[in-house]
Order: sequence, then C-alpha cells, then structure tokens
Amino acid sequence: MAKKTTKKKTSTKKTTKKSSSRKNVGRTVSAKRDKETTAKIEKMVEGVVKSSLAQKDPFLDIPIRSVSNMKFNQRKRILEMGENTQRRTLFNVGQARKFMQGVLLSKGCRDLIAADKTLSLRGMYYMSLHTIEGTNEKTFNEQSESDGILEDLEVTLDGLREELHVFAKKRGTMVGNITVTDNGDEINCRRMGTGGYAIPSICEPSVIQFGKCEADFVLHVEKDTVWSRFNEDRFWEEHNCILTEGSGQPPRGVRRLLSRLNKELGLPIYCLLDCDPWGHYIYSVIKQGSINLAFESERMAVPDAKFIGIRSDDYDRCELSSDVRIALNERDIARAKQIADYPWFLDRKPWQKEIRTMLGNGFKMEVESLITKDISYVTEVYVPDRLKAKDFLD
Amino acid sequence: MDTGRRDMAKAATKTKRKSRATAEEMASRQREISVSEFFAKNRHLLGFDNPRKALLTTVKEAVDNALDACEEGGILPEIQVTLLQVEETRFKITIRDNGPGIVRKQIDNIFGKLLYGSKFHRMKMSRGQQGIGISAAGMYGLMTTGKPLKIISKTKRKPAHEVTLKIDTSKNRPEVVSDKEVPNADKHFPEGHGTMVTIELEARYQKGKQSVDEYLEQTAIANPHAWFVYVNPANETIEFPRGVDELPDEAKEIKPHPKGIELGTLIQMLERTDPKSVSAFLQDEFSRVGQRKASELVTVAAKKTTKTLTPRTRISTMGHDEAEALYKAIQDTTIMAPPTDCLVPIGSRAMLAGLLKEVKAEFFSAATRPPAVYRGNPFQIEVAIAFGGKLSSDESARVLRFANRVPLLYQQSACSSFKAVMETSWKNYGLSQPRNGMPVGPLVVLIHMASVWVPFTSESKEAIADYDEIRKEMKLALQECGRKLGIYLRRRTRMKKEAERRSVFERYIGEIANACESVTGTDAKKVYDALKKQAARKTAEADTQLDQDGRIVEKTSRLDDDEQVIIIEEAIPDIGEDDEMNGELFETTRLASPSARGKKKTKARKKKKKTSRRSS
Repeated sequence: MAKKTTKKKTSTKKTTKKSSSRKNVGRTVSAKRDKETTAKIEKMVEGVVKSSLAQKDPFLDIPIRSVSNMKFNQRKRILEMGENTQRRTLFNVGQARKFMQGVLLSKGCRDLIAADKTLSLRGMYYMSLHTIEGTNEKTFNEQSESDGILEDLEVTLDGLREELHVFAKKRGTMVGNITVTDNGDEINCRRMGTGGYAIPSICEPSVIQFGKCEADFVLHVEKDTVWSRFNEDRFWEEHNCILTEGSGQPPRGVRRLLSRLNKELGLPIYCLLDCDPWGHYIYSVIKQGSINLAFESERMAVPDAKFIGIRSDDYDRCELSSDVRIALNERDIARAKQIADYPWFLDRKPWQKEIRTMLGNGFKMEVESLITKDISYVTEVYVPDRLKAKDFLD
Repeated sequence: MDTGRRDMAKAATKTKRKSRATAEEMASRQREISVSEFFAKNRHLLGFDNPRKALLTTVKEAVDNALDACEEGGILPEIQVTLLQVEETRFKITIRDNGPGIVRKQIDNIFGKLLYGSKFHRMKMSRGQQGIGISAAGMYGLMTTGKPLKIISKTKRKPAHEVTLKIDTSKNRPEVVSDKEVPNADKHFPEGHGTMVTIELEARYQKGKQSVDEYLEQTAIANPHAWFVYVNPANETIEFPRGVDELPDEAKEIKPHPKGIELGTLIQMLERTDPKSVSAFLQDEFSRVGQRKASELVTVAAKKTTKTLTPRTRISTMGHDEAEALYKAIQDTTIMAPPTDCLVPIGSRAMLAGLLKEVKAEFFSAATRPPAVYRGNPFQIEVAIAFGGKLSSDESARVLRFANRVPLLYQQSACSSFKAVMETSWKNYGLSQPRNGMPVGPLVVLIHMASVWVPFTSESKEAIADYDEIRKEMKLALQECGRKLGIYLRRRTRMKKEAERRSVFERYIGEIANACESVTGTDAKKVYDALKKQAARKTAEADTQLDQDGRIVEKTSRLDDDEQVIIIEEAIPDIGEDDEMNGELFETTRLASPSARGKKKTKARKKKKKTSRRSS
C-alpha cells in the first residue's frame, strides 16, 4: 500500500477514494508501470498548461493511426506504426472539441490509476460525460466518440489501454492442458465443462500468469460454434493442446494471450479459419498485427502462426458437396485483392496461389461446411491429417 | 316496292333537308360580332376566369391606369384602393387617384368602350397597352351584378363630374345612365384633380398568392415613387409608403423600327400614309431611317422586284410586289438599333428602395442591363435580388415578375423570366438548386422588363413571351446580381465561421482549465484567464476580415463600395439561427433554435395579421 501513497500527492480530493480492503494480489498493471503512466499523463497536461500560460496555442501531437502511417517490418514480420503525428490544437475550430475531450480523458485515466481501478470503455465514457457549464452541449455525444479519443491517448502516451486502466468487453474462450492464475485465482483449463474459460480483455502478465502446461500447441478457431465442436470431441485431450476461439476478429485480450503462449511457453499457434477474405484477414491480424493497433503489434503479433485451413482446394480434396459453396460477392472480391496486395502477403507464394484459387473458384466456404461430410470430420480427420502432414499455409 | 322501304327513303330525304341549311339561310344568321360581345363570352382572355381573379384583374386595370395617368401628368401618384364587401360574393371596388383627371367628353369612351385608348397606336412605354382593361372590368361588373360603373373625375380647371355608365355589348358603345356635376369634390380630390372609379362585381376575396394584397405589395416594390393606401374587405387600412420622392423620367414616344414590322403591317402603313415618295415614307414613318438609309433600302428592294423602284417612286403606284420587295430589303439591310431613350427603367436605386421597404432581407443587389432589341422593339431588363434576413430558407426562391412596372401574378411557369431564373446556375453563387429547378433558399428575385411593346403570351398580360433575346438579357442580369450574392455569401460564411470559432473556444476553455488543475495542480483560474486572453486575441484576428488569400483587408470590401448593393447588418441572422451555412462545423455546436423565422411582412401587414387573428 505504500506504493499508492506516493501517487496520492498529486491527486485531488476526488481521486483519493480507494479500496483498502482489496488485496494487492492481481493488480492489472504493476505499480511501477502505473507510476510511469501517471507521469506521462502529467507531463502531457503540463505541456498544455505551459503553452496556455505562455500565450501559445496548446497542442497534442498524436501519432496517426492509418494505413498511410503504418510500415511492415520485414525482419520482424510485424506491422509497425510510423513516425507521423498529427498536431491537435485548441484554437482550431475543427479540433477544439477533440482537444478538450483529450484533456478530459487524460484526467479520467489519471484518476483511474490513482484509485487503482479499471473501467470498461463504456464506463470511461460515462466517467467523463457531463454537460459543459453554461451550454447545452455534452462533453461526449456517444461512446464511439470517447473510444476514438482513448485510442488517440494510447498512442500519444505510448501506453496501452490496460496501462490506462481501461478494458474492452471480453470476448473469446479457452480450454486445454494448461493452468493459469487470473488475478490470483488458479484456473485449471482442463476442467472448464462445455463453456470454457472466458479470456479476459486484459491478459498482461500482471493479471494472468501461466502455471503448469502440458500442451504441445494451440489451435485457434474462428468462432464459438466450431470451438464447441472441438471441445465436445475432447480434441485438446487427445491431441494435447490448447483450444482458443476469438468470436471472429479476435479482441486484444485473445491476441495478447496467443502471443504470450507463443513467446513465453514456445507453443506453435495453428489457426482454423473460414475460407474467405475475412478469415484470411483474421489470420493476418494474429500473425502481423492490425493496421489500427499497429503500435501494439510488438506485443500482440505471432509472426510464426500457421494457417491450417479451410483452403480453397479443400472443396475438391475433401469432396465436399456443392451445397457448401457461398458465392463471392463484389465486396469479397475487392477485399481479397486488397489482401493479396498487402506487403506481408505479397512475398508469400502459397498465399498468392490460395487467394487466386479462391477467386478462380468464385466461392467461399465456412469451417462448418466440413460437417456435411460427418459431424466430427473436422476434429477426427481434417485437422489431425493436416497436423500429421504438417501441411500449413504460412 | 314494299311500304317499309318507301318509308325509309322518305325519312332519309326528310332528315337530309332538315339538317342542312342553304347559303341564304346561313347568310341570314351571319352578322358582325362586336369586340365587347366577343370578350363578354371569352372573359378568360382578359383575366376574368374566376371570381377571385376577376377581383384582382379589376383592381389591377384600374391601378395601372391611375399610375399611367399620374406619371403622364407629372404628378407623384397617391392611390387609394378600397374593397368593400357588399355580400358574400359581391364587392364594390373603388380606386381613387390624384391624376390629372379626365375631361368630361372622354369619360364615356374610356370607360364604356372596349379597345379605346391612347396607348395602342403609339410606340411608348406604358403600363396599359391595348385599351381593353378598365372597360372590360366595367363590363364584367355589369354582367355579373347589373350595376353600372360610377366615375367621378375632376380636372384642374373644370368642375368635377359624376357619371354612371353602362356598356352596350352588342354595339361596343357606352350608354350614360346618369351625369351630374359635383360642386364640392374636394373631399375626394384634395389636390384639386383626380379620378375615382367604382365598380360593383361578383368576386371572391382570398389572401395569399395571387391576391390583391400581393399585387399591391409588388406594385409598391416596382413603383417606389407611388404611395398606396389599401382598405381591405376586413376594413383594415394598409399603407405602402413611398421609397423615393422623384417621378421616373417620362418615356419618349418613338416611331416603329423597320425590323419590327411585318409585311401586312407594312402594306397597311403604305395604304394609310401621306408622304408621296417611298423615300419620304420610310423616313417619316420609321425610326433610324434617314435619307441615305432610305435610298439604300429602295436600291436593295429594286433588285428584288421586276417593277421599277426608285426613291422617288410614288407610294400610290406601289403594288404588292414592290411592298414585298421593300419588306425583304428591310430584313437584309443592317439598320441601326432603335433609339432607347424611349425606355425608362425603374433604376437600380429605386428597385433597391422598393425591395428594401417591402422585403425584410439582409442582402440586396440590383442590376440594370443596357437596352437591347427584340423584333425591332427596344427593351431593357432589370433584376434585383433580396437574400436572407427573415425570408424563409427552405422554400424555393420567390420570383417577382414585372412588365413596365406592372406585377405579373399568373402563369409564372410560362414566363420567360421564370425560365431565365431556372436556367441560371445558382449553385455557383452558393445556393442550392435542384436539377432544372428553382434555387432553394431565402431569396426573392425581381425581374423587370421595360419595353415599348411587351410581348405577352395573352391579352390578360400574365406572362412574357419567351424570346431568346429577352431571356438572354434576363440571364445576364441575374448572373450579375448572383455574382454579388456569391461574394457576399462567401464573406458571410467566413464571418460566421470566425464567430463560431470564438464561441467554440470559449466554451471549452473552462473544461480544459479544470482538468489541468486536477492533473497538474495549477490554479484553474490562472489557466482559464490565460486561455481566455488568448481566445480574445484570436477573436480580434477574426474581426479583421480576411480576403480570399487570407490577407487582412480594410473593412470596406468591394461590395461596400457598390452602389447596387445594400447590406442590412442587423438583419443577418445570429449564429445557429440559419443552419444551412455552417454545415461543415460541428453538428453539436449548432444551437437548437429554429427561431421564429417568420414570413416577411411589413409593419402594416403585421398589424393586420393581429387583428385578423382576433376576429377569427
């Protein structure tokens, strides 16, 4: 508790509320990093105060989060954020409101850290929501407005959302031969029943520590339905692995967990995703990082993740019925071409061939299409065959 | 032959005889139709289609005559219009002017005979053209109510006369019912001269578009030198005061231009003329033909006919061939454009004065085109626009059309001016305009055509015919005004943005100061004051206007020096009130005040509205 009193110095009345009863077992972020983050926020706001008092237009320099400011690091094979920043100033009609919101949320995060509590994105929105004095204008009109500003803040402070004590809605499930400690509670992922362990949105080492692990690899599937199939068939037991699912595009928590399993425990990550541009992009995000969160790639990406399937030649190889074909629409085709042109796909011949074949076929397929062969075809034949043959796309 | 067939044959011959008339029988039924009879049957041609329009047309004809008379007499017009509702559908209309009056001898013909007047046979700009109007109104009244017209008129020298008149429609002839001298007419005519006409007729009164109210309002705009008093059926008095105190210049009468004459007319003129030689004829009867031009025309004409034709040729010897040759020669020869001193435009200043007093807008601009010619008739187009202020911003622009200062209220879409407004691309000037449509926004467009002969599409004078030359001039004038509006709107948007910026800054400064204090411990007041000072400095920058390149310009811009532009600063709506301009700014900063953006109305009309609300 002594650590907290150091923070108390700078905090105002509002922020002194803290839970004294709570044990300091599983803090979201280490106290040291909290201190660093607080210092960063304070430095930023001090900059605003300084320029205000010096009669200069106060500003925040915010790194740009877009394709234009994103580089693919060939050596590390991950996406990285470029150096470009955008200057947001108060005395600019188009930016004044956002500037104000940025300052408000900085204060909000500082208060959160001081109180040693975490809030959801929505909670954060409510925390800084009020009507500006003397007007009928609200500080935020909807949550999406504050979400965007928070992401700006993350990149500006070069801190993670978790370090700001903010988390997103949790999504994703895990089961398998591993024991983890979540906020001090030991969780045996071998005994999770049909539901599985819900992967928290913050998977930093300060929250989750890995315990005993016998697994040889991680199988990540696209969605819950497929995951249930594997869990019911006790696939993870038979093949000695960990089974995860990310409900479509995996949230940060899942990606961080996969990355840590890969880096800390040395487990290879295999992905079983749909045969469509969205499946391909999920793989790309797991492997290289996403464009929007390029600044987090270092922590999230799994550059040696492998793609098991579904692949476009599976239609012939597994002799699937023509009923499983879903015609590609114009958006799919455009997206597929876009993905093929990403630099990290461009030098991957097997991938270029895969996308070409899919476009040539003119249809996409979901993982569930394998059910037409047999209910457990995917768990008993498809994946085991691929694993045995080490037949992956990379 | 059986009986049946015989009967049939008989019946056939019988019907044949009965259904067809002989030439003699037909001749017995053929007789002359008088003009008045014709128009009594075809009253819609003169604007008496329905009771509502009849009311308007009657007022309009009387007021037009009154204005013409006053101007010709060099008198600043003072006109009183009274609508007295006798029964639900019966009105007594009285129009009184302070004009020179009408001599007793002429009263009968002017009011009791169709196609009688001073204006048809001359080439001079005036409101009336044909001499049908007022007598047709009287005839309509007589037909619908049986009541004769009553005219009281006083000239300067003679005592006033009160005459009641009927029109004998079959003969197109006035019929005097009573005639008496009024010894003490000063109560009607305080200036000692003037005319007062009373017509009783079946009609219907309704406010709004195409009403007497609208007509008078627009007349007041185009005739800012006239003073109108209007007593409406609810017995409320509405005044339209003067905007300028000078009479417009008197229009000069001109001779027809050769290019404006058709072959038939030319032949008629040849038959009627006094001069003995072709050359003299051309010089005397037409404008812009001198001795040299006359010989040139005759020489050209001589080549087009087998008959001999020299400048000396006597008119009486000329036949159809020669006339046609002369006509062709006129078409093939360049002749100087007709003189334009016959045109008296309203003038930019007067147009602005007229709009200013009747339209509550913030921006006014006017343009007067140089005179031009269509079919040999000189004409001149003037345009004025009013924008913003209290005008409604989500409706199509309102077009006020005028021909020789007379408002045109009907058949808008058939009018050349309407087409000209639609064809002008208002988007260039910052207004929204649907494809092939009228611009949308708080805009009033005034278009005036002055001409010795306005080409109307019908006798009821409702729409200007669509001559290319006319429409082109209209568009040029519209563009001239539009460009100025564009400059103004850009300037206004910029000013608004600056003002917006100021309030935006000030709104957020408090929030920022508080958050700063919470994080860094710096006194919020200190930060707030510092930021406020900075905002004030930015405000000062905003107040100095910048030109398009961002340089600081003097307070007076191009528009401020322009005599044809008036800007009413007080009428510019506050920020947030007019939302169409600041769309690119924050949606949230738009204050929710779709304020009382009322319809435009004069003081008098406001008063009227109140009373009418009370009565309902």
